[in-house]
Amino acid sequence: MNQLQNFTKGFIKENPVFVLLLGMCPTLGVTSSAINGLGMGLATTFVLVMANLVVSLIKNVIPSKVRIPSFIVIIAAFVTVVELTMQAYLPSLFESLGLFIPLIVVNCVVLGRAEAFASKNTIVSSIIDGLGMGLGFSFALTLLGAAREFLGSGKIFDTIIFPEDYGMLLFVLAPGAFIVLGYLIALINRLNKA
Amino acid sequence: MEYIIIIIAAIFVNNIVLNQFLGVCPFLGVSKKISTAVGMTGAVTFVMVIATMVTYLIQTYILNPFGLQFLQTIFFILVIASLVQLVEIILKKVSPSLYQALGVFLPLITTNCAILGVAILTYQKEFNLMQGVVFAIANAIGFGLALVLFAGLREHLDLMNVPKGLKGTPIALIVAGILAMAFMGFSGLV
Amino acid sequence: MAQKESTFLNMTLTLFVVTFVAATVLGFVHDLTKADIALAKQKAQQKAIESVLPAFDTLGESYKMLPEDGADSLEFFPAYDASQQLVGVAVKTYTKSGFSGLISIMAGFSPDGIITGYEVLEHKETPGLGSKMNAWFKDQSKPGQNIIGKNPGTSKFEVKKDGGDVDAITASTITSRAFLEAVVRAYQTYQSAQEQPAISNNPTNEGGQS
Repeated sequence: MNQLQNFTKGFIKENPVFVLLLGMCPTLGVTSSAINGLGMGLATTFVLVMANLVVSLIKNVIPSKVRIPSFIVIIAAFVTVVELTMQAYLPSLFESLGLFIPLIVVNCVVLGRAEAFASKNTIVSSIIDGLGMGLGFSFALTLLGAAREFLGSGKIFDTIIFPEDYGMLLFVLAPGAFIVLGYLIALINRLNKA
Repeated sequence: MEYIIIIIAAIFVNNIVLNQFLGVCPFLGVSKKISTAVGMTGAVTFVMVIATMVTYLIQTYILNPFGLQFLQTIFFILVIASLVQLVEIILKKVSPSLYQALGVFLPLITTNCAILGVAILTYQKEFNLMQGVVFAIANAIGFGLALVLFAGLREHLDLMNVPKGLKGTPIALIVAGILAMAFMGFSGLV
Repeated sequence: MAQKESTFLNMTLTLFVVTFVAATVLGFVHDLTKADIALAKQKAQQKAIESVLPAFDTLGESYKMLPEDGADSLEFFPAYDASQQLVGVAVKTYTKSGFSGLISIMAGFSPDGIITGYEVLEHKETPGLGSKMNAWFKDQSKPGQNIIGKNPGTSKFEVKKDGGDVDAITASTITSRAFLEAVVRAYQTYQSAQEQPAISNNPTNEGGQS
């Protein structure tokens, strides 16, 4: 596939969240608001791109049996970089995302792409794949976050659309995450079939 | 007494899957049959408890004294990855049928956010080793509970007349949401 | 695209090298960000203190005290005006009885123990319910729930359900109770800090710390 297809597949056709069903934990855990979803999505994209880059770079020097642990260490390193940088320069986002930032290291999207793509493709392809998948992931999280924030508190990105008292609190809580995601996946499946 | 509170909180009030959103991937992936769900729970319990113990020791005796807290993520995940390898090897010898049934989900325990999550939570809640172990066991039980309940529901779902657009993952998620709602009833218990 | 052989030596060596390089890079990044992380934490704390106290010129040295009924100590931040008169003290207090556990609050007290302001620093309470405590108890238009300007020594800082004077957040009695517990804890520890000989002989503090 050409690079344009490589880049855009992550948005709808092979969207990591809606289609590949990867990275469920942060998807449900941080999407109580649009900005949290976006922040997490972008942090994950950074890790995805950097990890894909490094893995693709050194794929020929890693013995096959030890490749998964090596990939994991590389990913963990970049996740820690994100952690430290956020703590220093974006402290409020750091507080909101909390536990889920170090959990980027076990986000199946990241390890999945490193193993399925970056370890078998060129550096440029891997970077583009990482970028496309990451942005697709961010799209999914922001969409879910916006939907939950809207239904739950009448706001999107903190802009009030209708008064909070008319919001359905359930959507900002755990059950709402599962339910909204379920319906969104159904929607995307429908779109993909069309 | 406080151990009872830790246990009840971890299994019911702050259920690792339905409230904390950790361990959702295996929750959706391995819950199609009750027997695989039980097998998975066993494997997760083993890894979770030992991982919590080892990471606690590493944090207390290596990372903290040397001011190396920023290496927490790397070390914790290395411990978990190694433990999962160990479980794979043991399971292959001891119960090849379970090993087959779990299939690709076994190595995926490494990326089970519940395990890394519980290890980090133990550190954040400042539990000591004993409390950490109790916490880990309780969380594993909570994971198992959610998994088995959900598997039971899904076995029923397969026989139901689900609208075409919602078949498969969507209806599973919606049912999980309702299960999460039921568990919300436990809040305020501790 | 030949890959290295998976001999035991190669595997251990690779893993070791990868981990070593990763840890070194991280150590470097850690050093780079250390100062900024500390700065961000300090700025947040400063902001919280400023928002709970009336205008002040300097912050005195902070000190810690164990409350009577708690395992963790509270931190006190005395603030002075240009003439070294005590403007008030910001107290970083906490409660573990929140609906979802720990709630951390910065409460501001005037020298006579009147609450000048508060900021909720950390909490995991339910969004839309308990999380309302951020603004609920500051609402000047609702004297039943507003605690600013009141003194825990003279009014009963408990929810009305428990016989106190304060209106709890609707449908969030547990969070409200915990919140007030933290504020009362701060007040009581503040009072006992004032009664200690080293700080002031007069229970109603006449300003400044020696």
